[in-house]
Amino acid sequence: MKLSRNMTGWLNVTPLLAVLVPFFIVPILVVSVASVMQTDGYGGMFMDFTLGKYLDVATSALTYNLYFATIKFALLTLVFSAFIGFWVAYFLVFHVRSKLIAMGLFLVCTVPFWTSNIIRMISWIPLLGKEGLVNQALLGAGLIHQPLEFLLYSSFAVVVAYVHQLTIFMIVPIFNSMARIDKRVIEAALDAGAGRWDIMRMIVIPMSKSGIALGAIFVVSIVMGDFFVVKVMSGGGTASVVGAFYEDISVLQYPTAAASAVILTIIVMLMVAVILRVVDIRREITL
Amino acid sequence: MSTGKGDIELAGVAKSYDGSTYAVDGINLKIPDGAYCCLLGPSGCGKSTILRMIAGHEDPTVGEILIGGEDVVGLDPVERRTAMMFQSYALFPHLSVRDNIAFALRVRGMAKGARDDKVDAMIEKVQLGEFANRLPAQLSGGQQQRVALARAAITEPRVLLLDEPLSALDEHLRIKMRAELSRMQRDLGITFIHVTHTQMEAIALADMVVVMDKGQIRQAAPAPEVYARPRDRYVAEFIGGQNVLSGTIGQVNGVRATLAGARFSAINIPIVQSRRLESGQMLDIAVRRDDIDLLRPGGAGVPEGSTAIEGSVIGVEYQGNFVKVMLEAGGEDEFVAYVPERRFFEDALSIGDRVLAVWQIDHAHLLA
Repeated sequence: MKLSRNMTGWLNVTPLLAVLVPFFIVPILVVSVASVMQTDGYGGMFMDFTLGKYLDVATSALTYNLYFATIKFALLTLVFSAFIGFWVAYFLVFHVRSKLIAMGLFLVCTVPFWTSNIIRMISWIPLLGKEGLVNQALLGAGLIHQPLEFLLYSSFAVVVAYVHQLTIFMIVPIFNSMARIDKRVIEAALDAGAGRWDIMRMIVIPMSKSGIALGAIFVVSIVMGDFFVVKVMSGGGTASVVGAFYEDISVLQYPTAAASAVILTIIVMLMVAVILRVVDIRREITL
Repeated sequence: MSTGKGDIELAGVAKSYDGSTYAVDGINLKIPDGAYCCLLGPSGCGKSTILRMIAGHEDPTVGEILIGGEDVVGLDPVERRTAMMFQSYALFPHLSVRDNIAFALRVRGMAKGARDDKVDAMIEKVQLGEFANRLPAQLSGGQQQRVALARAAITEPRVLLLDEPLSALDEHLRIKMRAELSRMQRDLGITFIHVTHTQMEAIALADMVVVMDKGQIRQAAPAPEVYARPRDRYVAEFIGGQNVLSGTIGQVNGVRATLAGARFSAINIPIVQSRRLESGQMLDIAVRRDDIDLLRPGGAGVPEGSTAIEGSVIGVEYQGNFVKVMLEAGGEDEFVAYVPERRFFEDALSIGDRVLAVWQIDHAHLLA
């Protein structure tokens, strides 16, 4: 049997469609439809087309505060995880001579991920708490006289937990793009008289840009879509965008939650679009 | 920039990476200023190690490296005023042709105006004007090579080091770019050191060919000498174009000696002043493939002043201007005669024919 070119093309995209349609397109459609429906206040919904929920969400000052708080966490996490991820990857690629050891250390980076997210988060509590190890050490060393309160149940703790959780998503793509830098290119730069800083600024960073961008996409979209870390690590003192939908759902306000979800999806897509505008990651994917 | 001399001297240079085995050992070499020198040898012979030590990317374990009379061991490439053109070029993939060429000037802090003028002149020189804003991946192999050459030459080095510069190109382009390298070297008037494993490339380009094997120099001499008067069996076989015969010396008289091998009967060899030959001594000789004449046995016989061995034809390859005739003779793997095309077809040989391979005694060359 000879398939037409058209048919072959469709067959080629079928596996991707089989994933995207049920797990992305259908949920998005369901949420989009729900967002323009009315609720009876007891969990029931009926079709009566309205954009009122969008209007409510868009005009509420709370929405802006929530986005401000969540974007702040996303950007702080991005900065710290990119910084740490860059140097870890740099060390693995350029300072570990043996490929085997580099691969081993790379795997060690993933060890914390063998335990659940929740356990990793909770493990910060005995460390950062009022009676925690950090405070006791600082008190013992005489550096402080009062336990530091900001260490746990604070924005600081939220950022620490996010960075701990997400730095691996920076390390992997940056490692990947750095590992592709031909060592002779570095040598050629040395030959031309470039110092360490010149090589970093003119060779390593530009050539790792696509890895940093890929990592940034992971970090930003995960932080924007998360509420659990904020809830636990801030001790309930800070809300988040997704935390707000969660509240809506628990009081049966499905259309409002759906409208917020659509808005969040659009905003995250815009953020990703901005990242892609700054760095062309196509090279990373095609090569 | 001062115009320091680009003559190079390696004295007793050795390099070991692990402390026990030596990548190169006992290297003594003098390369005159403005010479085109090729380091030739099979992969792993240490030629790239020598290049990298001259470039300052590696330090010798022992020995001195002098450029323009000063010891440069421990100096970085900029202080040595050398520039290297890397194998497969190692262009900066994220920078345009212009920025690649300007790189060295930029990191040396040259002001933008002066830098642009210099880069423009260099782009002009290597004929890359219309490609100045392209990325390396958008260029052909030959164009990439020009960028690499321009990038290395922009700093006005006194020595340019080229690591297998032509190996990334296809056959046709290689011959074209070879001519371009040679022209560039004459234009710049500086010392070029070119590492290659291709004999023809070395012979075509170099003023001085350095043949290497297993970390040591086997012969360093002008190209015609390396080709026509190889020092030993290794050089003769590596450069090619020679038939090597091994045998034991028989009689020695004033001007001639005889040599007999396991698989050929005594042939006459010349006696040279620089060599003392004794009866019973083992000796290798080389006879150029194009010095050999093939005669049918039982004809006029071997002419006066010539000598011959007998063999049978095992292969004939037509090469255009000559015909390569492979013989089973002398006990060697390959005994080859290059017969001029017209002469061959006067009396074409075919596989299985018995022939006499004849050469003038004085054309044989004694190997060390």
